[in-house]
Amino acid sequence: MYVAVKGGERAIDNAHAWLAEERRGDRAVLELSVAQIREQMTLAVNRVMAEGSLYDPDLAALAIKQARGDLIEAIFLIRAYRTTLPRFGASNPIETGDMLCERRVSATFKDAPGGQVLGPTFDYTHRLLDFKLAADGEAGDVPKGTPTHDPTPHIMSFLDREGLIQDERAGENTPPDLTRTPLELPADRALRLQSLARGDEGFILGLAYSTQRGYARNHAFVAELRIGAVAVEMEIPELGFAIEIGEITLTECETVNQFQGSKTAPPQFTRGYGLVFGMSERKAISMALVDRALRWKELGEDNLGAPAQDEEFVLYHSDNIQATGFLEHIKLPHYVDFQSELELIRKLRREAKENIPREAAE
Amino acid sequence: MSDYNFAYLDEQTKRMIRRAILKGLAIPGHQVPFASREMPMPYGWGTGGVQVSAAILTPEDTLKVIDQGADDTTNAVSIRRFFQKTAGVAVTEATAQASVIQTRHRIPEADLRADQILVYQVPIPEPLRFLEPSEVETRKMHALEDYGLMHVKLYEDISQHGDIATAYAYPVKVEGRYVMDPSPIPKFDNPKLEMAGIQLFGAGREQRIYAIPPYTRVVSLDFDDYPFQPTKADHACDLCGAQNSYLDELIVDDDGGRVFMCSDTDYCSTRRKQGHVGAQGLPYAEGAT
Amino acid sequence: MQAHILEGGFADQPIEASHAFRAVMTAMARPGEILAVNGAQPPAPLSPAAGAVVLTLCDPETPIFLAASHDTPQLREWIGFHTGAPFVAAQDAMFALGTWGALPLATFPRGTAQFPDRSATVIVECDALSNSGATLRGPGIKRETQLSLPEVAAFQDNAARFPLGLDFIFTSGAHLAALSRTTKVF
Repeated sequence: MYVAVKGGERAIDNAHAWLAEERRGDRAVLELSVAQIREQMTLAVNRVMAEGSLYDPDLAALAIKQARGDLIEAIFLIRAYRTTLPRFGASNPIETGDMLCERRVSATFKDAPGGQVLGPTFDYTHRLLDFKLAADGEAGDVPKGTPTHDPTPHIMSFLDREGLIQDERAGENTPPDLTRTPLELPADRALRLQSLARGDEGFILGLAYSTQRGYARNHAFVAELRIGAVAVEMEIPELGFAIEIGEITLTECETVNQFQGSKTAPPQFTRGYGLVFGMSERKAISMALVDRALRWKELGEDNLGAPAQDEEFVLYHSDNIQATGFLEHIKLPHYVDFQSELELIRKLRREAKENIPREAAE
Repeated sequence: MSDYNFAYLDEQTKRMIRRAILKGLAIPGHQVPFASREMPMPYGWGTGGVQVSAAILTPEDTLKVIDQGADDTTNAVSIRRFFQKTAGVAVTEATAQASVIQTRHRIPEADLRADQILVYQVPIPEPLRFLEPSEVETRKMHALEDYGLMHVKLYEDISQHGDIATAYAYPVKVEGRYVMDPSPIPKFDNPKLEMAGIQLFGAGREQRIYAIPPYTRVVSLDFDDYPFQPTKADHACDLCGAQNSYLDELIVDDDGGRVFMCSDTDYCSTRRKQGHVGAQGLPYAEGAT
Repeated sequence: MQAHILEGGFADQPIEASHAFRAVMTAMARPGEILAVNGAQPPAPLSPAAGAVVLTLCDPETPIFLAASHDTPQLREWIGFHTGAPFVAAQDAMFALGTWGALPLATFPRGTAQFPDRSATVIVECDALSNSGATLRGPGIKRETQLSLPEVAAFQDNAARFPLGLDFIFTSGAHLAALSRTTKVF
């Protein structure tokens, strides 16, 4: 005799209770606070804000805590929360030229107005595990300088003045919002950049790397990488002018790429662009390289069939929340579809078996 | 009830989905793009179906959620709870008592009535996707009613296997125009796609909604010499003895012994309550499973 | 703005809109079926049924065209206040509203080959609705049914262009019916 197995509801409740216990870990160890994550896991917080498309360090830190440090899960929590928020309006475009730079490097000019500022970078740290941190993480005294509040001009503007770099005009139209309208192809550059900005860091990195290795190579130099705070301003209709509603930290990367020319335009450099919430250098540079690769059509380049040139491929597969959901759904029950395949393959084998002896006898 | 709006989604999102549903019904089988929202459950786990259900539910509805035909599978439980919490609707496992049924991978065995709505969760709405990965290209094919690729695929199946090697998500042509993916239901269920109820299909990740109004012609693609055949395991249900229901196959001992039982758990238990007993079943007892 | 412009909307938006949408969806899925809708009390000449349809489906994302029969300042204010829908010319309309004779059918968007769904939904205000007159066949209809249509030829022409076409919602008092581009009219 067979009795059907049931118990989905209880299994779910128990799984959730177990999950909560695992998240807390050993109760003899102090519980992590959201503030600790926000202040000491800032690059994780930045990634969650960038790919979650929501600038809120406290919520990102909470999501990381709730997700047990799984950043894609944390991004998912932020995205699901974000969609429920009312929209009060849109800010003015931010002005990155007015950024208070805490880091600013250029690979194309040894010096330029505003100077090179290394800032808090891992770049020249020797990657040696620092066992002192295991015992005591207190930083020593840090030398202080005098901050400058002058705008730092973009390196690109100097090339622009000479007419050496391809011109980039401000668009007339408000770009579509990827989170409010279904993606439709072909996408314009604004929409592509929007998609790349919230795309998975690892995926964008892999694509960018592939362009460096020859899959639609575009010879990128980092003309400028800058990280710092910019003001966010919004027009208030009742006031009739814009007011500052807050400040966000951004990473901006502009690449200067292989020159090209055409029958009508003399040879000039071209550009790639990356802009990401928080300090997310790897992502911003990757984004600029992929942006540049996706521009092959407008720049009159050949389609080399490289993955990074394929707009549909890149845009449809860069979102880690879509990707992880669909990937992981294959662990859901598929009894019914599998059963139908089982029957089909049994039938095909039966028919093949019946046919083979007959054919052999012929 | 929770702090969220009725049925979770905000009203503007519901209106956007509702408009897509209406166009879907007006153009049966055509995939209408919609601005799918990020839901508090993963893409691929029914976000399209959940958004459609959320947009159509009224407080008076009685909701049934099935996955693989069963009300008790974990994802069905999870979705049912979501709507209990956010819409406060009544829920049921009885097909006959439900006004809205959200399903993954099955059509209930019992014929649906005109006052019932079936909402499908759809993973890949594009029937041509596995033949042509580009959305730009497949959209052109639908526009031109160019379904040659699909016929070539089915024909190649026959020349290679002697049979059409598609067992689920078997493509259909709706009202003589659009080729449509009926979601990964077994082809056994395809004939039921012509029904009295309204059928709505939601693909969240792929941002598509489509629909079949009641009594719409739905034809499974085939050839004159290889007609479409809905198939199932050649057994009766071991619990209720049904001869004509779709069956799950279970491995029940270390020797690989098999038991077959209805995938539609409500159909099976209804029959058992009526006194039907299968080869390995026990007579129905109140309170037992 | 007059006070009564602010009135006449759904008292409980999520719930009443859910009921109204169920009626509209049922009507579109079953061309010819006549259903009741409640909850809206729009200013004349808009019927309560058409008011409910507008409140349920229209918002700032849906450009709406008002035919001369319904293009009154009061109605503009009421629709503007309750939905935020922008008023547009016929060729840009996602929704159109008016009496049969006032609607410039030929001008409304009928969708494109790739996106036949990008077509107007036309709300036709009628004196009465009954299951008599023209015969309807097609998806959503078991065998055939009757509906009091304002004429036959326009709907035959519309169906002949399938999958492009317009979809219609007929309203009268507190009742509505619908007819999609798939419906064959005799």
